[in-house]
Amino acid sequence: MEFLVNWLANIPGFALPFALGALGLIICEKSGVLNLGAEGFLLIGAMAGAGAVLTFGGYPLLALAMAALASALLSLVFAVLVILLRVNQVISGLTIVFLAQGLTSLIALKQGWTNKAFTGLSSLDLGPLSDIPFIGPIVFSQDLIVYLTVGLFFLAVHLMGRTNAGLRLRAVGENPDAADAAGINVTAYRFVAVLIGALLLGLAGGYLTVVVSKIWVDGLTGGRGWIAIALVIFARWRIWRALGGAVLFGCIEALIPRVAAIGVQVPQYFVLMTPYVVTFAVMVWTSLSSNTASDEPGALGRPFVREERH
Amino acid sequence: MTSTPDRNSLTAECGSATDPAVPALALRSITKSFGDFIALDDVDFDLRQGEVHSLLGENGAGKSSLMNVAAGLYAADRGTIEVAGRPAAIRGPSDAQALHIGMVHQHYKLVMPFTAVENILLANPSGGFEQSLQHTRQLISEKADLVGFDVDLDKPVGALSIAEQQRVEILKVLVAGANIIILDEPTAVLTDEEGQRLLEAIRKLASSGCCVALVTHKLHESLTHSDRITVMRNGKVVETVLPDRVTAPDLTTMIVGETLVENRHQTTVSGKQRLAVRGINAARADGLATLNDLSFDVRSGEIYGIAGVGGNGQSELVEVLMGLLSPSGGDIQLDGQGDITGTRADERRRFGVACIPADRQGFALAGDLSVSDNFSIGGVLSGKFGSWARLDRKSMARETRSAVEKYDVQGVRSDAQRSALLSGGNAQKLVIAREFSGSPTVVIAHSPNRGLDVRASAAVHGHLLSARDQGAAVVLISEDLDEILLLADRIGVMNSGTIVAEFGAPADRHAIGKAMVGHG
Repeated sequence: MEFLVNWLANIPGFALPFALGALGLIICEKSGVLNLGAEGFLLIGAMAGAGAVLTFGGYPLLALAMAALASALLSLVFAVLVILLRVNQVISGLTIVFLAQGLTSLIALKQGWTNKAFTGLSSLDLGPLSDIPFIGPIVFSQDLIVYLTVGLFFLAVHLMGRTNAGLRLRAVGENPDAADAAGINVTAYRFVAVLIGALLLGLAGGYLTVVVSKIWVDGLTGGRGWIAIALVIFARWRIWRALGGAVLFGCIEALIPRVAAIGVQVPQYFVLMTPYVVTFAVMVWTSLSSNTASDEPGALGRPFVREERH
Repeated sequence: MTSTPDRNSLTAECGSATDPAVPALALRSITKSFGDFIALDDVDFDLRQGEVHSLLGENGAGKSSLMNVAAGLYAADRGTIEVAGRPAAIRGPSDAQALHIGMVHQHYKLVMPFTAVENILLANPSGGFEQSLQHTRQLISEKADLVGFDVDLDKPVGALSIAEQQRVEILKVLVAGANIIILDEPTAVLTDEEGQRLLEAIRKLASSGCCVALVTHKLHESLTHSDRITVMRNGKVVETVLPDRVTAPDLTTMIVGETLVENRHQTTVSGKQRLAVRGINAARADGLATLNDLSFDVRSGEIYGIAGVGGNGQSELVEVLMGLLSPSGGDIQLDGQGDITGTRADERRRFGVACIPADRQGFALAGDLSVSDNFSIGGVLSGKFGSWARLDRKSMARETRSAVEKYDVQGVRSDAQRSALLSGGNAQKLVIAREFSGSPTVVIAHSPNRGLDVRASAAVHGHLLSARDQGAAVVLISEDLDEILLLADRIGVMNSGTIVAEFGAPADRHAIGKAMVGHG
């Protein structure tokens, strides 16, 4: 019982970076921009978050905001490349990852942020609510960002499905020529979508350092950005399914240390490999179950050029 | 900008404010060039309130370019535009919309996963999402009643038929408040019956006070369904005429500049049976059965026409004949080869089966490869241009040049030019040049004149006839009944995946039409 409560209470913290990351990717990709730079945006966010806490000496919420902003700043480069200059989106995304890997290591080293532990954001204590047995630790003892993320998902679902802006964003990703003919500024919608997506990815990255690890080391994100990309494919670009997938991965990640703690011998590298094996299995399963309706944007990865004669 | 946009007014009917003596839309001395190419040369065109005005001409005559100028997609180099007698500056589609000009393009600008309401709302936003959804729905049903359209508003547009998608496009411009309506080749993608219904709806629109510009290359519909006809050729207006003062041959002369009438070409000579298709059953990848016990045979030296409304299994039949789709039952016999049902596409090509698919840019040509590569690919496979380790580019180029000349493929500046740059007619001629280069014994042609103008389709038909005269068995699958009646020596009517009736030429058009739509 104790094991179960402990495990369940830890799931949201593990699931959150995947959830926020996948949500950011869906918003970006619904506009038709394929974002393979997720890992890079997570890294920048993670480093900026750690750096901000160390620099300001605390203020974890401010640090998380800085994390999101840093990622958004990097996404401007990406947006200019793929939207204005119409560079290949796959290559641009990969470039962002490698750029971020080098950049974060360099800045953290120069600033002396590497391997320095700090006190980040702690869980909320909602008094009597948190003391309710079973439910208390699982539902009422999470940190602020967990509750914020749940709200963000509801907001995103509403914006995408039940507003004019959402309708236009989906039209831009589905058929930019039709959207353009309808008088929608395709370029502007894509820019904003990339920016919002990067804000969420940056927040997810910041969460990894400011809330989870409370320390920065090079390459801290450990491939979570790639998993988020796989999650989006698994979820077929549907927001609630992405949240479900993120929770599933959270379950697995939260289980690993606990299994080790109760003395079950599992090889370390097998443990580290597990999320990727699951990603692999999930993607195979997704492509085999072809009858599932997909919300994949029709113009994903395709740059928009206004039709001219020849 | 003299007119105020009034798109949300429920009462705005077509053309309420204009004086009938003043044209609703007048284009004066419009000139437009693309690089060295002069698309429009000092063109005048006007539209009066309540009329249907056909704009007739070959592909590339400048009809669509002229209309794109009116719709704000192209900026004219010179010339002026007047709307209801007042000079208008149209800098983009939104200016055109504000002046109540709406255009339905040949390629629909629809978001396929969205419903009709969502698509129309996208182009005509009005306030909050939920209210405007209701409001748009109400506007659509009013406009639909006006023209007699029936459209499912809650299905994704992608699940609707082409004709229904077109109705959504027309409703979109009507909801936007357009009273000057431009339709670019609207009947090109429709069956006879659907086209007829559309032309009736267009008439209703005009009698409600709108004016309609009908861009077309079909003589027949401009003669019977318009109030005035303007003929264009090579970027210039030839003449504007009244339909009751001209005949079809007159119009043909105006369109092509010379008399060009295709006559029925029949043969009484028929050789022995070349191709026999027996009891073919086939299903599409999604499991839907499309061919049901389909049988026919073709003799050498004859054209067997397969008529039918699109979507009755024609595409699948072509795939089965070419070896791209394996049938679940039945067999195909080829004279001299026996049963070829289980053979692959490349083997069938070696047996002398040639194919002209309906979608030339999608299936017959690789648009980014050169004219020479596209022409020579068949010969490369059979080892005509060197072994696998070497490619004889010189002889490829030489053969391409002679074929381009022989088949009169125009617009080829060099044999290294990308084939995507060819116009529809010339691309089709290139396909035919390649397919006929191996002297095929069986030719499968699917809608070979689709999207082609009078001159190009006459050339294509000429090639099919000469293949027949040289003894090939030609299967002509077409949704264009005129094409079938013109060329075929025998006609099978395809309906729900099988041949429901066969006719010898000359066949009765009405009997064929009945068989096409009958059988549920």
